[in-house]
Amino acid sequence: MRLAAFLFFVLLALAGPARAVEPGEMLANPVLEARARAIGKELRCLVCQNESIDDSNADLAHDLRVLLRERLVAGDTDAQAIQYIVDRYGQFVLLKPPVEPATYVLWFGPLALLLVAGAGTVFYLRRHRPEAMEVSAPLSADERQRIDRLLGEGDA
Amino acid sequence: MRRALFLLPVALFMVLVAYFWAALHTDRDPHELPSAMIDKPAPTFALTGLDGAPGLDHAAFGGQVTLVNFFASWCVPCRVEAPLLAGISEDLKAPLYGIAYKDKPADTADYLKELGNPYQRIGLDESGRVGIDFGVYGVPETYVIDKAGRIRLRFVGPLTAAALANQLKPLIAKLDHS
Repeated sequence: MRLAAFLFFVLLALAGPARAVEPGEMLANPVLEARARAIGKELRCLVCQNESIDDSNADLAHDLRVLLRERLVAGDTDAQAIQYIVDRYGQFVLLKPPVEPATYVLWFGPLALLLVAGAGTVFYLRRHRPEAMEVSAPLSADERQRIDRLLGEGDA
Repeated sequence: MRRALFLLPVALFMVLVAYFWAALHTDRDPHELPSAMIDKPAPTFALTGLDGAPGLDHAAFGGQVTLVNFFASWCVPCRVEAPLLAGISEDLKAPLYGIAYKDKPADTADYLKELGNPYQRIGLDESGRVGIDFGVYGVPETYVIDKAGRIRLRFVGPLTAAALANQLKPLIAKLDHS
């Protein structure tokens, strides 16, 4: 019984989410269909906004998948098909934003921050590291005697 | 100079705080997307009309400022904005065209019979393709198209009296005089 329950949950965890691409939408040409799948994963569903049109069950996602396949069948390159949808919905439709001047902050901002913070840390640590060669003044005879007395207290 | 350097992280942090605070305290709905079609010519299309009435095509735009409203009988927020749409064309002195988005013609007819027909012309976009060409991602959406036939404003969601007074009216007044 325990094992059955265990297996049930393991299998449940392994089950992937159902693909939203419906059999009726698929192209007979496997090469074109594969290209459509690859592009569909990169395009955002405008309704759910955090799923690709390939994963979404929204009506608009379905329409865009069909439209995308039509463009590919009509002979569009991948870039042309993507541009066709970007022209209508803007760059937000791309799940992966393109690297261009407007998105430099997005792409390189974290790295720049890391470099600045790293440089700052190195700079700070360098300046505040205790000098290795700096040895405190040797104990005077008086101090040594006092220490000897304190340490020696137990077995005196 | 050194003190200024130490204050730099604090200053940067304050900039971030100001940015997040401003982003949290606007009326902007983060799910509302900017339209990629702004200032672009309205797409080319030709849609059939309802029950033999003349349909709608892109030739209807231009010459004067026009309004286009995407709606559907299955769309609940469309019912919310319906009373406002009723007088909008007269109020804004601009023709109001309707595009029935992914709706069955019979359902559209029933919907208009029930809530009244505020549109001068209606096009049936059963496939939703014209919607995609406009960049529609949900109904209702309302577009303002200028005299040159370019899209100048998209309003997402049901129109409100405030949106009418603060966004549509000033823009249309400006476009009328340009």
